Parts: sequence; structure tokens; C-alpha cells
Amino acid sequence: MSFAFPGDRPITRELLAEHKVSADEYERAKAALGREPTYTELGVISVMWSEHCSYKSSRVHLKRLPTKGPKVVVGPGENAGAVDIGDGYCAVFKMESHNHPSYIEPHQGAATGVGGILRDVFTMGARPIASLNSLRFGKPSHPKTADLVRGVSAGIGGYGNAIGVPTVGGETQFDEAYDGNILVNAFTCGVAKKEGLFFGRATGTGNPILYIGAKTGRDGIHGATMASDEFGAGKEGTGQLATASSIKKGERSTIQVGDPFLGKLLLEACLELFTNDALEGIQDMGAAGLTSSSVEMAGRAGSGVEIDLDLVPRRAKKMMPYEILLSESQERMLLVAKKGREQEVLDVCTRWELDAAVIGQVTDTGRWVVKATPDYCPLADAPIARASVTVCDLPTDALTDKAPQYDRPRAPWKTRATQSFDKVVTDHRATLLSLLSSANIGDKGGIFRQYDQIVRGGTLVRPGGDAAVVRVPYDAARTDAYAKDPFKYLAFAVDCNGRMCELDPEMGAKMAIAEVCRNLVVTGAEPLGITDCLNFANPERPEVMESFALAVDGMAAACNALSVPIVSGNVSLYNETTLPDGKGKVAIFPTPSVAAVGQLRSAADVVRPWFRGAGDVVLLLGRHDDGRGLGGSELGCMLHGKLVGPAPVIDLDEEVRLQKLVLGLARAHVLQSAHDVADGGLAVALAECVATGPEHEPVFGAIIDEAALGPATQRTACLFGEAPTRVIVSVTTDVAARAMADAKAAGVVCTRLGITALADTLCLGAFEVSTPEIRAARSQALSFVFG
Amino acid sequence: MGMRACVVLFPGLNADAEMARTLSLAGFDVTIIRHTDHSLPDRTDLCTIPGGFSYGDYLRCGAIAKVAPILPAIRAHADKGGYVLGVCNGFQILTESGLLPGALTQNAGLRFDCRDIYVQVTHDGPFTPSPKTLWRLPIAHAEGCYQASPDTLRRLQDEGRIALRYATATGEVTDAANPNGSVENIAGVYGGPRKNVLGLMPHPERMSEKVLGGDDGRVLFDLVARAIGA
Repeated sequence: MSFAFPGDRPITRELLAEHKVSADEYERAKAALGREPTYTELGVISVMWSEHCSYKSSRVHLKRLPTKGPKVVVGPGENAGAVDIGDGYCAVFKMESHNHPSYIEPHQGAATGVGGILRDVFTMGARPIASLNSLRFGKPSHPKTADLVRGVSAGIGGYGNAIGVPTVGGETQFDEAYDGNILVNAFTCGVAKKEGLFFGRATGTGNPILYIGAKTGRDGIHGATMASDEFGAGKEGTGQLATASSIKKGERSTIQVGDPFLGKLLLEACLELFTNDALEGIQDMGAAGLTSSSVEMAGRAGSGVEIDLDLVPRRAKKMMPYEILLSESQERMLLVAKKGREQEVLDVCTRWELDAAVIGQVTDTGRWVVKATPDYCPLADAPIARASVTVCDLPTDALTDKAPQYDRPRAPWKTRATQSFDKVVTDHRATLLSLLSSANIGDKGGIFRQYDQIVRGGTLVRPGGDAAVVRVPYDAARTDAYAKDPFKYLAFAVDCNGRMCELDPEMGAKMAIAEVCRNLVVTGAEPLGITDCLNFANPERPEVMESFALAVDGMAAACNALSVPIVSGNVSLYNETTLPDGKGKVAIFPTPSVAAVGQLRSAADVVRPWFRGAGDVVLLLGRHDDGRGLGGSELGCMLHGKLVGPAPVIDLDEEVRLQKLVLGLARAHVLQSAHDVADGGLAVALAECVATGPEHEPVFGAIIDEAALGPATQRTACLFGEAPTRVIVSVTTDVAARAMADAKAAGVVCTRLGITALADTLCLGAFEVSTPEIRAARSQALSFVFG
Repeated sequence: MGMRACVVLFPGLNADAEMARTLSLAGFDVTIIRHTDHSLPDRTDLCTIPGGFSYGDYLRCGAIAKVAPILPAIRAHADKGGYVLGVCNGFQILTESGLLPGALTQNAGLRFDCRDIYVQVTHDGPFTPSPKTLWRLPIAHAEGCYQASPDTLRRLQDEGRIALRYATATGEVTDAANPNGSVENIAGVYGGPRKNVLGLMPHPERMSEKVLGGDDGRVLFDLVARAIGA
């Protein structure tokens, strides 16, 4: 049997290098095949063995993450994870990166990131109900930053708004570590019936394989391999990568273009298909498109597939098998239908005006077989007769379970922050106002306002607070059930402080998990599960690999302590850029972004961050910062002009006690307000308690006793340090004693900071700021982007 | 006999869920129909077109929806005095199809904008209470800048067809309160032989329950329900 296909390029050392397949890996491929791979097979192997698809550097470490728990319905390995939310329903969620494409073409890169994660969720049989994102940009003064923020935020909104899934939150940080390598991590949660979940499995020999959605073009070829590239100097904005793939330079970009309208039709068509029992399995054609979806579906089922590329709907002429297999055209799904039911699937697609075609079938051979007719093009004026030959014939497991796995060498992590915080702050009032106006701390409304936060009428708590809250009709998979009560109430938060992770990857990762869960409990929600997006630099550098391993250990320790499992996730490596002078590289901070899903028992459980009345007692739950949280703080970066250490230490036992206490108080409806103390420290958090409520609601100030702010020698740390494990709550006077007693019983340090007041002023011991001053300062944060 | 409303789902519309729920809360029996249908359900009292991105808004907003098979049935319903409500993209579809005068173009700020704003009732009618009533409603659109010729604006004013204007929290119609650059701050206009057609950019159906942040929008649905019952 000959696999040669007209137009195949000979396999040379250069070709292997273009495909980022190492000599060892090529030998491994030959051994698995018992022969030399063809050009097309090499392309397939290169994407399936890419970091993006195979997790070859990370898998050995990811095994240490806790993924089990009583509420886990689906753990890692599927298109998304799922946790039980009661009454036979589950929340289905995942977060994924789209970093490299978003840097090259911010609008489309971010939009297709959102489209991709939405499809990962609805492919499970879940109607998406909320999206969030975690964004990292370079320093505000970098010449590219403002454009990137504009493009990415418009792209996220452009896709989410049009497909009609509310974007309810997110976090954005700016630091020069991301100057040449931004991060765009997109999260989506959906809701499905537990018994209505679908999986990406090609089961049942003889079952037909269907292609539905957009036609295949040449866009995005080798996107998965690109995700394993570093950025080179001087290539930004050219739509090209320095070490680009096999695509001839200058011909076209590897960036996909999103079509949210088609995405919406695909979503509704799939949700309809899920209800009529004609499907065996389904998977999004995401990274590495038709190749990875068909390979992974066969791999999970332990089956084989046979696909005829002649039948693939396409929009570009004269596409080679190589191109059809590796295209990352958006809005496409691969389905396995029950034998004899394929016409039902085609009918539903016709009704939703989607392309659909049977392109192959499930086999029991354990092999991934692809056929095509040389020179056949269905778009030709007079297509030649089809006479397909085998183009690829590979053992499925060689591309999945038996893909390379590396336990890469590690070396001790060395933070680039060599200096410790050593500044003396005298004007605390001016410092507070500067912090409030900084891009990292101030109001992100300019970004959030571009997102439809409320489409489908379920958003109880919109972006900008600690966590968002969305109510979900029980039967979210059906559109006719919206008049029904009661609802499920889900909360979402996303977090990671890359600076802390740079100082100490393990401690920073612990703090990320702790904070994302803390954000949920201060909103009144019990954390159910976490998804992650682990953004790191080049794993072939031993110290980077070590930072990854340490972060995983930190996440695992915090998840275990807080009893919250990780049910899905994504790894993005090689996030570093060669400097313009070609000397050296800039790596991003280790950034293990985490998103958490929590549940509230009812709408009455919702707790807001801002003060709700006058005369309420303001309490700090947790220990004052005594100087341990100045390292890694925004204040440190502001005063030193760079990141300074050392990282704060988090005590996970203390964190667990605090979160149990806060959730208990929230559920007992004792709290008037609750707010996490995070970036900018206690003073910023108090300013937010005073000034971030809706403009139509009355504003309440607060009088904080100077004596409650710790010793004068530690005042700067007390006000601006970012030590973790602290929450500000306000309670009415009649329950203040109870709250303090509960704190004592829980073993949580509790300080009575002061009282809330009618006046719209925050008195912080020796100084005061008015609400209008706070709001004016916060509104400056993104003026460099949005004017 | 119960009141009947339908929600017309053109491809790409996505705000059908909150429209259907709010109509239900206001006492309507709700049917979702599709753009390929040729008639409204029997005895339809209120036909609604919700928000979203019909046909992706890839051409002009609403420009493709106006040639969909269902449009003649909506037009016939409106012409004989039946109630029609278009919100956001629904408003755009109504202006494109000529059921309402004027046009909606890109926001003056050039960006999608989602936030709460205030509108003040200019003229009363089946969907709006007495003039000067102030509602806080959310907007969520990129192309909500209402435009009309001076003649049309004069006629709208003379015939009492300006339903809503953007205003400040204290009820002043100012430039600062105008979120999208609409001429004369117009947020919603009446059409039809007896002001039975309303199009507006803000989303009353997303602000009809206190738990969602406010219920000012519910008034609009209660009023039209009362008008139907009268």
C-alpha cells in the first residue's frame, strides 16, 4: 500500500524542524508505524504530539492535582468538567487559553478563544449560561498595551454578546512581564442534566461520523503547533511567527476568524440534537481541527475511525489532505450518530441552515484511517471522479495515550525580583488615591461595559465585585422552561496574582486557589469545583519546569485543604518573547489562572461587597498585615517601579477556618456586606466597600478607628499590604456580638474596625477620603485605553 | 380568556429567554415562533421581537430580517392595530422593515455598551405611563443611535409618538444622559395606527424583577396587558 499523495513534501530535517518534531520523536513515530510517515501523517503527528494537544511536558505533574470529590460528575480528560448542583443537574465548565493568537490579532484571537470554550461546554450537552475571562497585558505605558486591551475586550464582547451568553466577570492585570506575551484565558460554564451529558467518544462499530457547521478553509492551520512556539523579535502585528510552521511565510496567517452567528446556530442545533437521542458522541473541532477531534473521539472509545476527506464541506479550492486535516476553521463539530439515525441529524442541521455531511464511520480496528482522492476538489468547475486512496493509517493510541510524555529536567526557581520592599510611606491618603487610580486596582468598567452581562435575564450580580451570580432555570437545556421556578444559583470567580507566583510559584498558586474560593464565599456561595489555565514560559528551561511543578503542588495543597476539586483545565506553555535586540528572552510570570464555580442556596444568600446601611459594625476577619504582605504588592510595584519581594506566606489552615466562618455567617444572613481584601490591601478594600455600589443606591461611608489599624509603625503594611486570608464584613449592631463570638469560636482573628456612616466619606484613622474622590480615582484606571 | 403573546425568533436573536419569562410573569401565554413561519399564532394579542444579533448583524442591523417569511404577518398584525414590541435588535428590525420611522446607527462612542441608564416617558401610550415617569433600564447594544429626518421628528412630536428619551437619574434630558448619540435623546418610538407598535433600545424585559436589580421595566408589560384587557 502506497500512501504517497501528489504534492507531498519529502521528509527532511528541515521539515521536521518546521513541525517541531524532534529526532527522538521522529524515531518514536517510525517505531509506532513500522515505516516512515508520509507528509500528511507527519503533520498529524506533529499536532497530536504538540504540547497543546498532548500535554507532554505537563501531564506527569498534572496527575498530582486533586480531581475527585463527592460532587464531581466529570473530571479532567473530557471536553469540560462537571459538578453536581442538585436535582439531577450539573454545572459543566472549563477555562482555556488563547494567548498567542490574541497577541497577533487581538480581536479575532480573543473572539475565537471565547467561541472555542463555548463549544467545549455545549459539546457536553450543556447550555452555556455564563462566561468569564482572565486577562494579562503589559504595562500601561507600553506602546502596544492600549490597542491590545481594546482589541481583546471588543473581541470577547463581540463573540459572547452575539452568541447570547452573558460575560459576567473577569480579572485584568497589567505588568511588564506580559509586554510581549499577553494572556487571554476564557471560561464558560453551562448547565446540563446529569443523564443528558454527552462525551467525545466514537463508539459503536459502523456508526456514521458526521461533520456539521462551518465549511473548512485554510485558516488556523497548525494553530496547535503555534501554541508551542515562543514569540520572536519584530514579528508582532505581521500575522506571522518567527518560527512558523510549514505554512510558507507571508502567504497567510495562522489566525482563525470567528463567526458568532454561525456559532449561535450551531449551539441551538446541537442542543436540539442532544434531546432526540440520535447521537453517540460529539466533539468540537478545536485545536488541530478534524484531526484531533476524530483522533480523541476514537482514543477515548478505544475504537478506530475511517474518514473520507472528499466528503468534507469546504470553502477553499484545491485543499490538500494535509490542509483539510489541520485546518482550524471555527464553528465546526464532529458527531457520531447512531446507525440509521443520520438523516435525523442532517434534518436538524438543515433546519438550522448548517452544512452537514456524513464523512466516515467508526471501526473496531484501533486505527485512524483517512482517505482522499488525489486532485479531487468538490468546488472545481468539473470535479473529477472520486477514487479515494488511503492518506493516513495510524494506530490511534500512538496519537493519544502513547504520545510522548516527558518528565523534563528541573532546576531551582529563581525569581527575577531580587529586592525587598524598603520604602517609607508618609502620605497615606495620597498613596491610597494613587493605588485606586492604578490600572490594576481601579475600575474596569471600560472593559466590562463592552460585554453583555445580562443577556438571557439571569444575572443577579454583575461584574466588578468579588464574584458574579447567575440564576439558572432548572432545565437550562430547554428554551421553553424560563417561566419555571425555582432556580439554581451559581457563582463564578476567576483569579491569579502572577506577581506572587513569580516570587514563589508554590505560595502564589496556593494564594490563587484560596482567593478564588474566598471570592465565592464572601458572595454567599459554597465552592464546588475549579478549572485552571496554567500559563507558563518555556518548559524546556529547567527553572520554568520547576515553577510549573511547584505551582501544581501549591494548587493541590490548597485544593485539598479547602476540599475543592479541579475538574478540568488547560496548559499554555512557551509564553515568552525574544527581546528585540535578540539578546535574551522575557518570560511571563508563572500564571496559573483559576476559575471557581460555587452554588448559593437561594437569591437571599447573595452578599454584596459594599456597605448597605449606616451604623453597621465593620469587622476585619483575619489578621492585619504586619508587613508580611508588602512583597508582591501593588504598592511595592508602584514605589519601586518593579516587582519586589518577598512573597507573603499563606497558612491554609487559617484560610479554611476563615472561609468556613464567612460562608456560615453569609448563610445565616448575618452579613450586611462582605468583601475580600486583595490587591491594594485593606485601605483599597475599604474604599471599595464605600464606593463601588450601584449609583442608584445610597452611599454609606465608614469611620475606621485609628486604634483598630494596628501599631503606627506597621501602618503602611496594615493599609496597603496584600497578605492573604482577610475579609471585611459589615453587620448590624444587634448581631455584631454574635459575629465576633462566631469568629472566636472558629479560631479566626476578628478586629472591630469601626462603623458605617451616612456621610459619604471614608475616615481611615488619621485621614479621610470622600466617595466622589474614590470614584474619580478609580475611574482613571483605564483612561489610557478608553480615554 | 388568557392574553397571548408570541416571541419571534429570527436566527441570531438571543434575548428570547428573558422576553418569554417576563411576558409569562405579566400574565401572557407565550409562544415562540420562527422567522420561517408565515403567520402569527391564532389570537395573538402581542407580538414581540427580542434583542440579539439577527443574521449576525453582518449587514445592517435588521436588514436581512425584514425580508424573512414572517414579516408580512407581523406587518398585517400591526396594520390592524395589533400590539407589536421590538426591543434592541427587535427595534432595529422594526425600523428596517418600515414599521417604525427612523433608523438606528452605530453608537457615538463606537463601542458596545452594557449598563443601566435612565429613560423618561415623553408621550404616554399603550406601553408607557404618564409623561415624565422615570425608569432605570439596562442597555446592551452597539448600534442604538436613533436617527430621523427633521420632518419625521416633527411628526413624531406632533403625533405624540416619542415614547422614551434618555435622561439623567433626576429626569433631565441632557447630552450627558444620552448613551449613544440618539437624536433628541430618543430611546423609543411609537408607530402603528393607534400607537400599537413600540420599538426601544433599552431592555425592559431584563429589569422586571427586583432580584435582577430592579423592576421598572415590568410597568411596560403590565400597561400593555391592561391595554389588551381594556
